[in-house]
Amino acid sequence: MTYEFLVASAIGVLVAGGIFLALRARTFQVALGLTLLSYAVNLFLFASGRLVLNRPPIWDKAVTEYTDPLPQALVLTAIVITFGMTAFVVILALRSFLESGSDHVDGDTVTGDAQDGLASDDTHGERP
Amino acid sequence: MTLADHLPILPVAIPALAAPFALLVMRRRRALGINISLVSCLAMLVSAIALVARVSDGTILAYELGNWPAPFGIVLVADRLAAMMLVLAATLALIALLHAVVTRADRKGWHFHPLFQFQMMGLNGAFLTGDLFNLFVFFEVLLIASYGLMLHGQGPARLKAGVQYVVVNLVGSSLFLIALGLLYALTGTLNMADMGLRVAALAPEDQGLLRIAALLLVSVFALKAAVAPLHLWLVRTYAVSTPAVAALFAIMTKVGVYSLIRVVPQVFGDGAGAAAWVPAPYLLPAAMVSTAIGFAGVFVARSLSEQAAYLVIGSTGTLLIAVAGWQTATLGAALYYLVHSTIAAAALFLVADVVARRRGGFADNASPAPDFADRSAVGLMFMLAAIAATGLPPLSGFIGKLMILKSVTALPDWGWAWGVILVTTLFGIIGFARVGSTLFWKRALSGEATAPAATRADLVAPAIALALLAALSAGAGWASAYANAAAAQVLDPALSARAVLGEVAQ
Repeated sequence: MTYEFLVASAIGVLVAGGIFLALRARTFQVALGLTLLSYAVNLFLFASGRLVLNRPPIWDKAVTEYTDPLPQALVLTAIVITFGMTAFVVILALRSFLESGSDHVDGDTVTGDAQDGLASDDTHGERP
Repeated sequence: MTLADHLPILPVAIPALAAPFALLVMRRRRALGINISLVSCLAMLVSAIALVARVSDGTILAYELGNWPAPFGIVLVADRLAAMMLVLAATLALIALLHAVVTRADRKGWHFHPLFQFQMMGLNGAFLTGDLFNLFVFFEVLLIASYGLMLHGQGPARLKAGVQYVVVNLVGSSLFLIALGLLYALTGTLNMADMGLRVAALAPEDQGLLRIAALLLVSVFALKAAVAPLHLWLVRTYAVSTPAVAALFAIMTKVGVYSLIRVVPQVFGDGAGAAAWVPAPYLLPAAMVSTAIGFAGVFVARSLSEQAAYLVIGSTGTLLIAVAGWQTATLGAALYYLVHSTIAAAALFLVADVVARRRGGFADNASPAPDFADRSAVGLMFMLAAIAATGLPPLSGFIGKLMILKSVTALPDWGWAWGVILVTTLFGIIGFARVGSTLFWKRALSGEATAPAATRADLVAPAIALALLAALSAGAGWASAYANAAAAQVLDPALSARAVLGEVAQ
């Protein structure tokens, strides 16, 4: 199993999990899905500068081979932005739950019920 | 380097400075904060007009941030199209801000003015940048600010719609980053002009990846532009937003359209191999479907603000029907209609607010209410806004649609385009006539008496928007000549490549 296969399959699994969770009905799961998706994107961006081992991104007298520094800068920007966005989405979801009493993404008709946290009645959440 | 050479950075720098200042003084001296916000918008308008004057002879200004040479550093590019969008954004911002201040909508929360300025910074930056990753960053700036503005005033309905809006845009941002990663991995550059040159030199085995990257990028722009089937987020978001904010948001879908117009000819133009004109087969049907959905929504909408939100979808669709031709004449007509449709949608959102403020609990719902203040004046404004929105003479919508209809005859599928545009216009007219006659001609015999209007000052902002539409109609010759020149410039990517990268690259 090569290093490339490991990174590629990790990104694939993260994206699949992210999409699955982002399509769920409740805001907490959606927020988790978005987080997974952003991890996958960060890994992907990092890999866009090609995967190389043990090479510095910045200038060093002793080395002749470098790794591309730009994707690392891009990933840093993307991490900062998605971190802020995720924090915002969590707070927004919480406010929305507290004000409307429902944590469903399209919660016009579904009212939240008190047993949600206790019973493992998750099928309730799947109903549109 | 003289001060005039720094002109392209001003539309980004002014709101970036005004926002923190407004934030700092807002708590103690509200009036000063409002003035900072207004002066900043005025300064943006002046600098945008100065930019138009500089670039209207065809020069393309390339501004290297931090003086880093072009393909390596970030570059701002001001050409005719960018300058035109800057003027449009600043004008719209002034109207929206004026309305917010006059109706005191900005007082429903603390941070309206700083957020408004950051929104403008993101918009102006997105119009100016010549670097794809920088475009992503400015998209995020404008989105973050728009989340705040959209939630301004709060309430359960806004919060619910806000969650959906934020989630959809976060997914869109992820796709944007994936597309950027692919493009960087393939070409090794993020500068749009440089990427356009390098895409042409890609090896055959990379063509599949390039096509995927191009389609992903175009889908993200289509999501921002609310093209069917990616339009579902828009109506709820816009209809529940504070009306002044919704008026400003009228330009947000146009940012997606602008990015399409900017990126596709530059990067995925004739030389792009498998990715050449990659959205072409999908864009025209998608645009027709969104036109149909938008005006069908106008036809059935239950309130004026919902109607305005559907109008945004419909007019963006109409605009994209012309864009999908990718010829100078169609793109020129599209750019003229873009300016018109942005202001018309904003005017309709503002009129909806004016109506809602006078009808008390009846708001702007399409149901008869007891007599309310200024019924005839507001009715006249609604009629003008509806005329502009549907594209009847004498306002600029008629000229815009006429130009689009005339220019698309050069395309193979023009019969479909004509059919869709003309039929949807009819549905739009019927829809507006239905809502207008209910709002302004029918009176409910019983019901609570509505509150008298405290002031007529809230009529000013929509009146300015309508006057601008009349001016756009009167100055149509000049405006369409400018739009055609801008379209010709955009469709010749070698021009901006020369301006950004210098003669060496050619």
